[in-house]
Amino acid sequence: MTAGPDRVARTDVALVGGLALLEPEPRTDDPTWLASARQSASEWVGAHGFPTRKDEDWRYTRLEPVLEVPFERASPERSHERARIAIDGLGTGLGGARLSFVNGRFAPELSEIGALPEGVRVTNLAAILAEGDERLEAIFSRTFGPFHHAFAALNTALTDDGAFVSLPANAVLDAPIELVFFSETDGPPLVSNPRTVVLAGPGSQATVVETHIGLPGEVYCTNAVTEFVLEPGARVAHYKVQDESESAFHFALLDVRQDRASSFSSHAVALGSQVARHEVRICLAAEGADVSINGLYLPRGNQHHDNPVRIEHAAPGGTSRQLYKGVVDGHGHGVFNGHIIVRPDAAGTDARQTNKNLLLSDDAEIDTRPRLEILTDDVKCAHGAAVGRLDGDALFYLRSRGVPEGEARGILTYAFAREMVDRIPIDSLRTRVERLVADRLAMPSELAR
Amino acid sequence: MLEIKNLHAKIGDNEILRGLNLELKAGEVEVLMGPNGSGKSTLANVLAGHEAYDVTGQVLFEGEDLLAMSPEDRAAVGVFLAFQHPVEIPGVGNLYFMRTALNSLRRQRGLDEIDAMDFLEIAKEKMALVEMDQSFMSRSVNEGFSGGEKKRNEILQMAILEPRLAILDETDSGLDIDALRIVASGVNALRSPDRAMLIITHHQRLLDYVVPDRVHVMAEGRIVRSGDKELARALEEHGYVGLDEASPEAQVATAARP
Repeated sequence: MTAGPDRVARTDVALVGGLALLEPEPRTDDPTWLASARQSASEWVGAHGFPTRKDEDWRYTRLEPVLEVPFERASPERSHERARIAIDGLGTGLGGARLSFVNGRFAPELSEIGALPEGVRVTNLAAILAEGDERLEAIFSRTFGPFHHAFAALNTALTDDGAFVSLPANAVLDAPIELVFFSETDGPPLVSNPRTVVLAGPGSQATVVETHIGLPGEVYCTNAVTEFVLEPGARVAHYKVQDESESAFHFALLDVRQDRASSFSSHAVALGSQVARHEVRICLAAEGADVSINGLYLPRGNQHHDNPVRIEHAAPGGTSRQLYKGVVDGHGHGVFNGHIIVRPDAAGTDARQTNKNLLLSDDAEIDTRPRLEILTDDVKCAHGAAVGRLDGDALFYLRSRGVPEGEARGILTYAFAREMVDRIPIDSLRTRVERLVADRLAMPSELAR
Repeated sequence: MLEIKNLHAKIGDNEILRGLNLELKAGEVEVLMGPNGSGKSTLANVLAGHEAYDVTGQVLFEGEDLLAMSPEDRAAVGVFLAFQHPVEIPGVGNLYFMRTALNSLRRQRGLDEIDAMDFLEIAKEKMALVEMDQSFMSRSVNEGFSGGEKKRNEILQMAILEPRLAILDETDSGLDIDALRIVASGVNALRSPDRAMLIITHHQRLLDYVVPDRVHVMAEGRIVRSGDKELARALEEHGYVGLDEASPEAQVATAARP
């Protein structure tokens, strides 16, 4: 960041500056309700500004670095050549549909949707909006509804596109739907606001894999919102790999609403970005829903990875599981801020939350903050947090067998992280993640069990 | 092969080894006994390169200064410690661990690495020696192993890594009779003219299966007596205190031995 003469002034207006200066463009294809949603979202940002560290949910994340960047919106006209190379670099697909987005806009020539079961829609969001279906307003009234912070509001105001998945009752999608968000800049820093909506009908089943990638050294900002609505008995798995440029910014909200006896799981791995915030908000809105949230974050250098999670048990008999692990190296900073709320009528709730961290350097930093807010008696809640260093006895054991110290550290570090990798049941995806994590932790690529 | 001269080791102000002298020759199996707290395990850890101790004195391995080497370098020249308390390492597969160890040693010795398939063959052969089945190899290192399984896993590593000097720190402790027999037969199978073993034990019963060339008794950080296998029998009969009272002249003789 250059400290130009306008820097002081810009910091003064940081809460309403930078990203907030971006205004929704008039769009001829927006339905009226959406145009007004965008307008009110934009006004909301103007009125409330961006969060500060006084906000409970943002106390560990400094937003000045991102608010100082004069981001611009990406123009739709650009070559997709670099995107194609980067997306090919992900390796073979996962066997299902792949939708690719370049700077938040759908790239049909880099996408392959294929055959789908009857009634299933997998498309880009803009296409759905352009169809002008009257039911859309109802569907989107929730997703373009109230904002709980400026990033989510900004996404509503500015989103160009994203993915849209809708599954009718009892539809089963065996193969994962892969969403690839590629960002690049060829000049000023750019911001994209992808919006993904997944509507899972009663008894339906699907898997959605979200991947965020960029080019090394490039400064851009991804401000993503991904929403799931699970109707009774729906079973949905979500995976996310955040492998952005280490100079980029990544703000994401995963928002899930679960109806009766539905089941949702999410596995997120954070590797990239200088500042990344992967926020999860789950509402178990009806009886007997279960959710499992898993996260692995690996900040190094000066990276900052913030992981706020809020699970609201609003109905009886819900089950929630959270397991987050962090490996922090260099001057990296990892944050786990987990909040479980059990509402008065959520009797029989069973909630567990665990956060474990491994610090690899003296300058690495972890903030872990489990919070339980229990408003009923009939609950089982457990939470725990740990921050540690590599086990000296295990290190000596490996070295005494001839394994050089550096390699022994890599093996033990990977062993700590692999529990999260092993939780991914899709072989092709697990292999992909295994490679990324092993590379990051300087672990020999061969990972025999 | 191994010459230990006037070895001292302490943690903080607590001096544990106090001028220990010991010599081991290739082909010999020697037993080290002594009461709790006499410094047996400290000696084993110091020889393997544990960094917790302040160490002075001299340890020569094949004429080289062992104390100047890192733990991995000691392994590369052929020193092996079978741990009294083998460490559990969740997330690291046993087979992978042993192959990584063997290949690390081979690399440091300028040899080609062994690939996964060939290693599996080697491991199978050695597992038969300690009567371990293959399921142990797909589990994490020592995780959830019983006490006896952990000790057998140590002997398995010894068989795979083929050290020049093996130090077995109470490998027989806590074993039932079958496990003891298995461990002992592993030890006997690995006796060889160019390998030395130092077996630390509390119990005479291991010596029903493994016949040592010499027996040493340690007390207060030093070797206080040395003798043949009959010394171990005398210990069993009289205890450490009784032994000293029974034959005080033996102590003088021990002190005179280098």
